[in-house]
Amino acid sequence: MALDHSDVKSIANLAKLAISDENIDKYKTELSSILDLVEQMNAVNTDDVEPLANPTDAVQRLRADVVTETNHREKYMANAPAQENGLFLVPKVVE
Amino acid sequence: MEWEVVIGLEIHAQLATKSKIFSGSSTAFGAEPNTQASLVDLGLPGVLPVFNQEALAMAVKLGCAIDAEIGKVSVFDRKNYFYPDSPKGYQTTQLHHPIVGMGHIEIDMEDGTSRRINVTRAHLEEDAGKSLHEDFSGMSGIDLNRAGTPLVEIVSEPEMRNAKEAVAYFKKMHSIVTYLGICDGDLSQGSMRCDCNVSLRPKGQQEFGTRTEIKNVNSFRFVEQAINVEIERQRDILEDGGTIIQETRLFDANKMETRSMRSKEVENDYRYFPCPDLLPIVIDDDYIEAIRKTLPELPDQKKQRLMSEHGLSEYDAAILTATRELAVYFEQVAEKCGDYKLAANWVMGELSAALNKSEAEIKTCPISAENLGAMIVRIKDNTISGKGAKSVFQNLWDQTGDDVDALIDSLGLKQVSDSGAIEGIVDDVLNANQAQVDQYVNAEPDKRGKMVGFFVGQVMKASKGSANPGIVNKVLKEKLGARC
Amino acid sequence: MKDSNMHNLTLSQISQGLNNGDFSSVEITQHYLDRIAKFDQGESGLNSFITVTAAQALADAKAADERRAAGNATAWTGVPFAHKDIFCTDGTLTTCGSKMLGNFIPPYDATVVDNFKQQGAVCLGKTNMDEFAMGSSNESSFFGPVKNPWNKETIPGGSSGGSAAAVAARLVPAATGTDTGGSIRQPAALCGLTGLKPTYGRCSRFGMIAFASSLDQAGPMTQTAEDAAMMLNVMASFDEKDSTSIDQAIPDYTATLNDDIAGKVIGIPKEFFPDSLDGEMAKTVRNAIAEFEKMGCTIKEISLPSTDLAIPAYYVVAPAECSANLSRMDGVRFGYRCENPKDVEDLYKRSRGEGFGDEVKRRIMIGTYALSTGFYDAYYVKAQKIRRLIKNDFVSAFEQVDIIMGPVTPSPAFKAGEKSGDPVEMYMEDKFTLSCNLAGLPGMSIPAGQINGLPVGLQMIGNYWSEASMLNMAHQFQSRTDFHKQAPQGIE
Repeated sequence: MALDHSDVKSIANLAKLAISDENIDKYKTELSSILDLVEQMNAVNTDDVEPLANPTDAVQRLRADVVTETNHREKYMANAPAQENGLFLVPKVVE
Repeated sequence: MEWEVVIGLEIHAQLATKSKIFSGSSTAFGAEPNTQASLVDLGLPGVLPVFNQEALAMAVKLGCAIDAEIGKVSVFDRKNYFYPDSPKGYQTTQLHHPIVGMGHIEIDMEDGTSRRINVTRAHLEEDAGKSLHEDFSGMSGIDLNRAGTPLVEIVSEPEMRNAKEAVAYFKKMHSIVTYLGICDGDLSQGSMRCDCNVSLRPKGQQEFGTRTEIKNVNSFRFVEQAINVEIERQRDILEDGGTIIQETRLFDANKMETRSMRSKEVENDYRYFPCPDLLPIVIDDDYIEAIRKTLPELPDQKKQRLMSEHGLSEYDAAILTATRELAVYFEQVAEKCGDYKLAANWVMGELSAALNKSEAEIKTCPISAENLGAMIVRIKDNTISGKGAKSVFQNLWDQTGDDVDALIDSLGLKQVSDSGAIEGIVDDVLNANQAQVDQYVNAEPDKRGKMVGFFVGQVMKASKGSANPGIVNKVLKEKLGARC
Repeated sequence: MKDSNMHNLTLSQISQGLNNGDFSSVEITQHYLDRIAKFDQGESGLNSFITVTAAQALADAKAADERRAAGNATAWTGVPFAHKDIFCTDGTLTTCGSKMLGNFIPPYDATVVDNFKQQGAVCLGKTNMDEFAMGSSNESSFFGPVKNPWNKETIPGGSSGGSAAAVAARLVPAATGTDTGGSIRQPAALCGLTGLKPTYGRCSRFGMIAFASSLDQAGPMTQTAEDAAMMLNVMASFDEKDSTSIDQAIPDYTATLNDDIAGKVIGIPKEFFPDSLDGEMAKTVRNAIAEFEKMGCTIKEISLPSTDLAIPAYYVVAPAECSANLSRMDGVRFGYRCENPKDVEDLYKRSRGEGFGDEVKRRIMIGTYALSTGFYDAYYVKAQKIRRLIKNDFVSAFEQVDIIMGPVTPSPAFKAGEKSGDPVEMYMEDKFTLSCNLAGLPGMSIPAGQINGLPVGLQMIGNYWSEASMLNMAHQFQSRTDFHKQAPQGIE
C-alpha cells in the first residue's frame, strides 16, 4: 500500500502530530514500506477465524462500588505544564 | 411541499453510583476542581481501569425496565479523539457489543394518547471532564472531577415525528431512570443530557433526509425549542432548494437558534477498537433474572394500578406518575388519608398551583405528604370545611404550623356538625327573617333551590363559619319544607 | 567478602551473602554505585542508566540493613537492582526514554515497583530504553543510545537495552524489563543474560507505561535462571488494579529449579530454522538444544505454520494499541508542552510532534491508519484473526510437547546505526520473539554460546503458566554449561 503526501498529512492530523513538510516524504516512504510488510497478512484466508483481542480467556473482573480515593490534587497536578486555581490550563477552547 | 420530521434522541444519563466507572473516586457533584480526579481519572501514564459492578447492575436494570435484550457478552471500545476534557485522548465506551440491545417504551402525549418508541440500544461509557471558559490569563481551565462518571447512553430509533413527541420520550425516559433509582435525573446539574438528531424528508419518502445533531440539550423545554427551531431552519433551507449539511449544532436559548459547532467540524474519525485494558464483560441469565427481581414498580405500571385499583382517570394517573418524586409523594398522601381521588384533587389542584406559583419542586415542597394526608382526613371526617382546609393548607405552606390538628384548633376552624346545635341556629335565622321565609314559601318550587343560599349564608354567619355547610343545608331544607 | 569483585556475584549469591553477614547492603550498594559512576557515565560510558538514585539507594540500603538486624529480612532485603525507566516510581523521574516524559515525576509507584519496596530491595536507578519501548537496538532513546558492554560499537538490543547492558556489565546484579515483542528476550540474548517474559497477566501492568496493552508484560533480566526465579517471585502478583492481571496461584519459582527434567519433550519448530538463518546461529542454538537431550529430554520436530505472519500481525496490533495509549501524552496534565501554543490544536500537534521521536511517530501513524475508517477490517481485524491462528498453532503444539526451543534473534548484536535507517529491517530483528506476545505465552532467553565473541541466546517458549518448569529447565542447562558465567571484558 503506497501512501501519498495527503494520506500522510491526514494521518498526522488525526494523530495530532506536527510534521514538517520536508519530513512528510520520509514518512511516506517508511510508512508505505511498513504497510507492504503488514499486507503479507493477506496471503492467508481468515474468513472463518474469530478475532483475538486479548491472549487470555479471562473475563472482566468487577470492582465493588466503593469510594477508595481521597484528594491528592496538589501531588497529582505537580507535573502540569500550566495550572491555576486547581485547574489545568490550555489555550482557549472554542465551542 | 409537505415535510415529515424525523427525530431520534441520544440520552446520556449519569448513573447514580458512589464511585466512578473505572476508578474509586467519588462521583459527588460540586466538589472543588480536580479534587475528585484520581490517577486513573487524570489518565496519568501507566494507570489502568477496573470496572464498577454497580454501573453494570444499573445498566442491566435499565435494560430490564425497557424490555430490552441484555448483552451477555459486552465489550468496551476506545473512541479516539483529542479534547482537553478527555484526559486519555479516547473515551471508553461500547460500540459493537453494548450491554443493552433493542427495547422499547411507551410515551404519553398531552391529549392522553400514548405510543411506543423503540430504543435501539443503551451502552455504558465514561463521562468527560469540563472545560471552564472563564478567563484564566486568556486560557481555559480543565476540571476532571466529572471525568469517569459512569454514563449510560440510550439511543432511540428515529421514530419521533415532532418536538412534543421527543419531549414526551425524554420525560418518560427521565421518569424510568429515576423510578429505577439509577440516575438522580437532575437536569440542572447535567445528570441527564440529550442529543437530538433532526431531519426532514418529503412526506411519503422512505429514505431519511440529511440529519443534524443538536448536542447537549439539558432541559425538557429546551429540547422542544431546539427541535422546533432546527425544524424551521431545515425547512427554510430545503424550501429554498438548499441542502442540509450533516453536522453537530448547538442550541442557543437566548437567541432561539441552533448554530454549527465549528470546533467539532475538523476532520474526525473515531477509530473505535476494543479497549485492551479491559476484558469482555460476561453475564448469565441468573445474573439478569436476579436484577429483574429488584425492579421497582415503573411509571406505566403505577399508572395502571392507580386507574384500576383506585379509580383515577387516565389523565390524573398519568400526571401523578410522571415523575417518581411526585408519585411517591402522592401515594403517601393517598395512603395516609385513604382517599385516592381526594388526594389526587389536592395534589393536582392546590398543591401543584402553589408549587408553580413559587417555582418550587415537589422535593422541596414545604408541606409533607404526611401533613397533607392528615389534613384530608379532617376534611373527610367533617372536622373542617373545604374553606377551612384551604386555610390549613396555606398555614402549612407558610410553615406557621406543622401539626394539622393544632392548626385547626388555633385557627378555630373546627366545624359544628352537631345537628341539634345547628337546628337552634337555623330556627333563630328563620325567625329573624320572616320576610325571606315568606318569599320562599310563596315561590314556585323550582325557584326555591336558589333561595336556600341566602339562609345558608345567614346560618354560616351566625355560626361564625363553624357550622358544617352540608348539615346546614340538610336542616334548612327540612325546616323550610315544613313551612311550605 | 568485602572485596572489589563483589559485582561478580549473582543475585542469589548476594542475597546469601547479606544473609551470612559477608557484607552489608550499604557496602554492596556503594560498590555498584561506584561501578555505575565509573563505567556508565561520560563519553565512553555505556549510558545504561537514565537516572541513578544514589542517595535514595544508600538510604534504602541503610534501612534494609536495619531491617535485617531487626530480624525481618526476606531474600530481597538489601539486594540492589534497577528498574527499566518504564515503571512509574513515586517521586523519581520516569521518562520511558522520551523527551515527552523528560520531566515526568510520577505521583505513584507501579505495582511491580511496590512489590520490590515491600521486600526492602534497593533500587539503584532507572535504566535506559528505546523510546516508549519501541525499538530493538536502544537507539531510539531520547537520552542517547546504550552501548553493548561486549562490544561498544554494537547495540545491546532493545527495548530493555539499558537493563541488559547494566546487568551484563555488572553495574547491577539484576534489572526489570518489559517485553511487548521481544524487549526482554532480545537484549538478554545480545548481552548474554537470562531474560524471562512471563505469561500475559502474571505480572501487574499497573504503573508500567503502556506501549501495547494486550502484549506488554514485565519480567526479570538476570545473570542466571536461578536469579530469574528469585526475581519472578517478587515481580509476579495478582493485582486488583489491573483488569488483565490473572488470579493464578504463584508458586515459589526457586523451589523446583533442581527438579529432574528427563523425559521432557522439546518441540523444534521448523519455521524457527529457515534456510535464511545464519548457519553459525543455527548451529549454536542446535548445540544448546542437544545439551537437553543429554539430560534425557526428547526432541520433536514441529511446525508453527503461522510464524511468518507474526511480524505483519504484530505491526498492526502493537501500533494500533500504542496509537491510543500514547494519546494521553498531550501536553495538558503532565509531560512536554511546546512553547507558546496558539490554540489547543497547536498545543497537541507541536507538543506531540516535538515530544515524540521518529520511531514512536511512525508507529502512532501506522496504528492510526490501521484503525481508520475503511481500513479497520483489512488491517486491525485481519491482524486479530491472525493472532488467533498464531495462538492456535501454539495450543496444538503444546498438545505434543512440553516446551518449544529455537533462536531468539537472527544474528548476534549488530553495529550501531546499521539498521536504524530502515524500520522494516529493524522489525525483522524480532521475527522469532513476536509470536510469544501475540499468543500471551511465556518466553525466555538463556545464553547459548557466542558467535565472533558476541553472545547469542536460546529461546524457550513454554505453555501458559509454565514459568516454573521453564526456569527449572534453564537452571538445569546452566548447571551443565557456563555460557551464562561469561562476562564482557573491560569492566574490571
